[in-house]
Amino acid sequence: MLCQNCNQREANVHITKIINGVKQELHLCEECARENNEFNIDIMNPFNFASPMSFQNILEGFFEMMGSPYQIPEPVTCPVCHQSFDDFKRTGKMGCANCYRTFNAEITPIIKRVHGNIQHTGKVPKRTGGILKIKRDIERLKEELRVAVMNEEYEKAAKLRDQIKELESKLDK
Amino acid sequence: MLFKNHGSDIVLTSRIRLARNIDGVPFPQKLNQDEANKVIKDVADSVLNSNSAIAHEFRLIKLRELKPLERLSMVEKHLISMDIVNEYQRGAVLLNREENVSIMINEEDHIRLQVIYPGFKVKDAYDYANKLDDLIEEKVQYAYDAKLGYLTSCPTNVGTGIRASVMLHLPALTLTKNINNVFNTVVQVGMTMRGIYGEGSNAMGNIYQISNQVTLGLTEDEIINNLIAVTKKIIDQEIKTREMLFEKQAAEIEDDIYRSLGLLKYSRMLSTQECLNLMSKVRLGIEMGIIKDIDVKKLNDLLVNVQPATLQLIEGRDLDTKERDIIRAKIVRETLR
Repeated sequence: MLCQNCNQREANVHITKIINGVKQELHLCEECARENNEFNIDIMNPFNFASPMSFQNILEGFFEMMGSPYQIPEPVTCPVCHQSFDDFKRTGKMGCANCYRTFNAEITPIIKRVHGNIQHTGKVPKRTGGILKIKRDIERLKEELRVAVMNEEYEKAAKLRDQIKELESKLDK
Repeated sequence: MLFKNHGSDIVLTSRIRLARNIDGVPFPQKLNQDEANKVIKDVADSVLNSNSAIAHEFRLIKLRELKPLERLSMVEKHLISMDIVNEYQRGAVLLNREENVSIMINEEDHIRLQVIYPGFKVKDAYDYANKLDDLIEEKVQYAYDAKLGYLTSCPTNVGTGIRASVMLHLPALTLTKNINNVFNTVVQVGMTMRGIYGEGSNAMGNIYQISNQVTLGLTEDEIINNLIAVTKKIIDQEIKTREMLFEKQAAEIEDDIYRSLGLLKYSRMLSTQECLNLMSKVRLGIEMGIIKDIDVKKLNDLLVNVQPATLQLIEGRDLDTKERDIIRAKIVRETLR
């Protein structure tokens, strides 16, 4: 197909415009497309730095795709910073670290889409990481204690209780 | 031999940025002035009042205590972001003496730690950033989740919170329009590329930044190694393209480079765009060993000093566009004399 404008070069830019339901097609060569400012888009340059794409724009796309199942029936707000999930939709920003817990169900699919992953494998902070480990150990020991009490293994239970106390005292420091 | 020093010339700088937040404190955009001040104090204490030798290298700058031009000049030096300038009432920065390490406080996250090294030294930059991160964490409890890693204001940064980037000078790939292919390829491997100067499709000075996009699910080493691997490939492409161009049009290229140098040395008015584009050609001349008597460091300094805010700071007063063009030409002339 030849360019509709110059009728000389091969048309390799195809534009479909729909205004108020009226469809208009244009077939142009690169040169003429570049000069055709009517569309006011940088057709020839995919490397457009000023692209208005931001995380919020992409977010909107995600929400549209995910549709209604992800809409929260009543406005839940984060107990720490009082941000709602609608606030996040609007700004693309979480209010505080606890928001990740409050909106876990809603944010996980978004994180998965952004990073292709939902499990951190990188650096573990030394101190914070230590506290996390202690917390996990306490949870584990409490479960063991529950089982021990159920089985009436009181000697074992007493030992576990001491261990838990010791770990909990570390957390308070 | 056309190139004296493969790679490190094409890479202007390597940069690492880590995003961190304090556990139990809402993210900066939710803080009032008192709470923001408390964050500044806690973070500053963790560095300035540490026993580390690093402590003496840093000073705390509260952004509201700077003049607007001083804040903008720091942006032009890549030490702080435009985002924190827009919220300068609550923002501060810990800056080291060499001015290559900055810790932004109360930007989008409580802590944005950034290390810039000249040349292709991404790993060295990370090693330093990592140490500084450990130092801060001795006193500051980070918001961290075993599953999601470091928690950040924007979910695009969770996990490692790392943004590793290089600034590249790619005149040959730009001239031959191969830069579009580079852009597409980089995106396919989870990275992003943008022009450093100018807006729109108009990347002035042929200088680009490449950085990782994904921050979760990969280790810091994996992210950095990916960036290094991609950067090496781009450097190879750039060098090959330069050699090809030079083989075909040695005289024309040499002429263009020396004409550009002449314009920089003798012009009485230079716009930012013209200046950056001429400087790119002179840089190419230095990198190809054609121009031997100009230190590339002079061009690196100029890259900052010809920017509008820094230029006005050097001159000590507000200037309109025409005055800026005149002063810009003067600074360039004097530097290259």
